[in-house]
Amino acid sequence: MTYQFDFAWLATYWPVFLDGVLMTVRLIVIGGIAGLLLGTFCAWARSLGPVWLRPPVIAYVELIRNTPFLIQLFFIFFGLPAAGFRLTEVEAATLAMVINLGAYSAEIIRAGIEATPKGQFEAGASLALSPVQTFRHVVLVPALQRIWPALASQVVIVMLGSAVVSQIAVEDLTYAANFAQSRTFRAFEAYFVSTAIYLALAILLRFALLQAGRMIFPHAGAAR
Amino acid sequence: MPDRLKLNYYRQGQQMITKRSFLAAVLAAATALSAAPMAMADALESIKEAGILRVAVPQDFPPFGSVGTDMKPQGYDIDMARLIATKLNVDLALVPVTSANRIPFLQTGKVDLVISSMGKNPERDAVIDFSDAYAPFYNGVFGPEELEVADASDLSGKTVGVTRGSIEDLELTKIAPDDATLKRYEDNNGTISAFLSGQVDAIATGNVVAAAIIAQNPPKLPAMKFLIKNSPCYIGFAEGEPALAEAVNKIIAEAKEDGALDEISQQWLGMALPAGL
Repeated sequence: MTYQFDFAWLATYWPVFLDGVLMTVRLIVIGGIAGLLLGTFCAWARSLGPVWLRPPVIAYVELIRNTPFLIQLFFIFFGLPAAGFRLTEVEAATLAMVINLGAYSAEIIRAGIEATPKGQFEAGASLALSPVQTFRHVVLVPALQRIWPALASQVVIVMLGSAVVSQIAVEDLTYAANFAQSRTFRAFEAYFVSTAIYLALAILLRFALLQAGRMIFPHAGAAR
Repeated sequence: MPDRLKLNYYRQGQQMITKRSFLAAVLAAATALSAAPMAMADALESIKEAGILRVAVPQDFPPFGSVGTDMKPQGYDIDMARLIATKLNVDLALVPVTSANRIPFLQTGKVDLVISSMGKNPERDAVIDFSDAYAPFYNGVFGPEELEVADASDLSGKTVGVTRGSIEDLELTKIAPDDATLKRYEDNNGTISAFLSGQVDAIATGNVVAAAIIAQNPPKLPAMKFLIKNSPCYIGFAEGEPALAEAVNKIIAEAKEDGALDEISQQWLGMALPAGL
C-alpha cells in the first residue's frame, strides 16, 4: 500500500468530532430511554392491554418495522412541515429514533412478556397484588430480564443507525466525518477516525447497558 | 533507429534532398494559396459565405443545454445560438460537445463559436478569445421574497441551508456572521427540500439550482438576496478574429438592450437578467 496517512488535520478538526460524539451520545441517551418506555407501553398494550388499543399499536409497530429509517426521518423532517408541524433537525432526529426504537423494542419486550408462565400471573393474584403491581413486579421485570441482551443489541443498532441523521444536517459524528472530509479531502483518515469512535461507542454502550441490567435485576438467574 | 536502417537512410540521402525540396516548394505554394484568402476574409466572412453558423453547445447541462422530450436540443445556450444565427442571417448547425472537448472543437475549426456555458479563466484565455458575458452564472444566497437580507451580515440570527463541501459552503463559512447558523446538507436535493419545507430561512446555492426550483413552481420561490461568487458565461471563438468578435458582441449588446436576452433568461433561469452582466 502506497497511501500516506496524514492525520495532521485532526489538530484543527478535533472539536468538530468532539461535538459530533456528544451529539450522537445525546441522541442515543434521550432516544434510547424514551424509545424503551414507548416500546414497553406498546408491548403491554399489544399483549395485555385493552382490545381497542391493539389495532393502532399493531399498525404503528408494523409500519415502522417495515419502512426504512431514513424515510421515516425524511418524512418527519421534510414532510411534516407541509402539515404545519415543524421540528428542528435535532428534535426530528430524536423523534425518529424514539419511534423507531419504540417499535422494535415493543416486539422484543412482547416476546419476553408472552413467555411469562401463566402460573406467575396467578401467583401475583393470589398475593393480592393489583393488576398494575402484578404487571410491574411479576410480569415486566422478569420479562425484561429475559430479553435484556436482545434489547441492549437493539439500542446499539439504533445508535449506529443514527449515522443517517447527518442527512438532515444534524451535527453528529457522521456529520463531523463528512464535514472534515469535504474540507480536507482526507476521506480515508476521516472515516478511519469515525469508524474507530463508533466502534468504541458501541462497545461502551453495550457494556453500560449490560451493567445497568445487572443493577436493575440484581437476582439474575433466579427467574430462569 | 536500428543501424541497418540508418545506413539505408544515409545512402538515399542524396536522392531524397531533391524530393524534399520539391515537396517543400509544393507545400509553400499551397500554404500561400490557402493563407491568402484567410488573411483577407476573416471567420465572419466565411460564415456568411457558407451561410451556416456552426455552434458548439452542451447537451447534458440543463437549463443551458439539454435534449427535450421532442429529442431536439433546448436551453439557454441553444436559444443564444439561434439568436446569433438569426442576426447574422445564416443557418444554424448545432454541434453537441462536452465540457472537455469544446475548446479542441474550436481550435480545430470544427465549429465557429462555443456557446456552452463557459466561464473565463487565464488558461482558456491563452488559447481562445471570449465575447462579452451573455449568461449569468453565480452562487448566491436565495430566500423568499419577503426575507430582508441584502448582504452577509444580514444573515445574523438566520438559518441558511447549503450543500456541504460546495464552493458556496466554503465561501459562506468565511463571510457569514458568527450567530448565523449554517445547515449543511448532503446534496442539492437536501438543500432544496430544507428550503421548500421551511427548515431554513434561506439557502446558498447556484442560480442554476435556484432555476431548477423555480421550474417546479413550488409555493415558496427563491429570490436572489446577495452574490457570493460570480463567474458569468462567455461565448468563445478562435483567436485573432476581431470582426467576428465585434459582430458577436454587438448582437449580445443589442439583445441586452432590447430585452431578447432577458426573455431567454426568464425562460430558462426563471429570473431577470442581473444588472451589470
